[in-house]
Amino acid sequence: MKRAAILIGLIGWAATAQADSLMPADPMADTQLSDPAKEAQAKALMENLRCVVCQGQSIADSDAELAGDMRAMVRRRIAAGEKPEAIRAWMVARYGDWISFRPPVEPLTWPLWAAPILFLLVGLWLARGRFRRRGR
Amino acid sequence: MKKAILWAPLAMFLIFAAMVAGKLYAPGDSSIVSHMVGKPLPAFALPAGMPDRPGLANTDFAKGKPRLLNIFASWCVPCAAEAPQLVELRKAGVEIDAIAIRDRPEDIAEFLKRYGDPYARIGSDANSSVQVAMGSSGVPESFVIDGQGIIRHQHIGDIRPENVPDILAAIRAAQ
Repeated sequence: MKRAAILIGLIGWAATAQADSLMPADPMADTQLSDPAKEAQAKALMENLRCVVCQGQSIADSDAELAGDMRAMVRRRIAAGEKPEAIRAWMVARYGDWISFRPPVEPLTWPLWAAPILFLLVGLWLARGRFRRRGR
Repeated sequence: MKKAILWAPLAMFLIFAAMVAGKLYAPGDSSIVSHMVGKPLPAFALPAGMPDRPGLANTDFAKGKPRLLNIFASWCVPCAAEAPQLVELRKAGVEIDAIAIRDRPEDIAEFLKRYGDPYARIGSDANSSVQVAMGSSGVPESFVIDGQGIIRHQHIGDIRPENVPDILAAIRAAQ
């Protein structure tokens, strides 16, 4: 009895520490769709959407309740026949480009896309001397 | 020239270290601003969160007068912290409706009994779907909705005593 009371106390403490609700997770949050093709579409989209609570994680990875609710929403809408790109656009309209891990190509993000190519060219230029010397 | 290149890796490391140190010292604001501000409320119709008053739909807002839409939950600690400010806003004549996230009627009743009850309507958003449709990323958040049902202002986090004038100003501006 005493042990049960301590356990319940600990559960209560954990709940307040994480500030989670007392409601169970949405069943669709962690249940795959029966159609494997649709589940694959949903999974790919969930990996592309950023969790607004954990911010560095995708909603596919995050244990946050809101991420679970977003996964359930993605699965329901995919199951209803909505295209993943339409759902992604819907999310971007609400949270901005930030919500997606796929940054748009626009003037502000050009450095982001150009940087790898630029670094590769700089690397080749730096290595150029070595290749030449070895060649001799 | 050759010497300069030898120092380049150290210089790059120092720049990197300075950026890391800078972010550690001042992490910056990580709150996510809703892009729905300036747009009409998304269509929704939520069931009543408590038996003693109606639920909440987007059609409850486009009735000519600005209203404050408070997204809260009985399990959320900062929501309890902002409750006195909501009561104060209600006393100042602000009409306040609520969306309760992942909540139960008995828990909402207990919360309102303890911390004050400023709400005209309470909608129950059991799976956060309306919260996501609003571009809200947590509890509590408050939105000022004008008389045409357009979202005019978003307040992220609990409304502190020093934020009350800002909310009142946003309500006046939405008139």
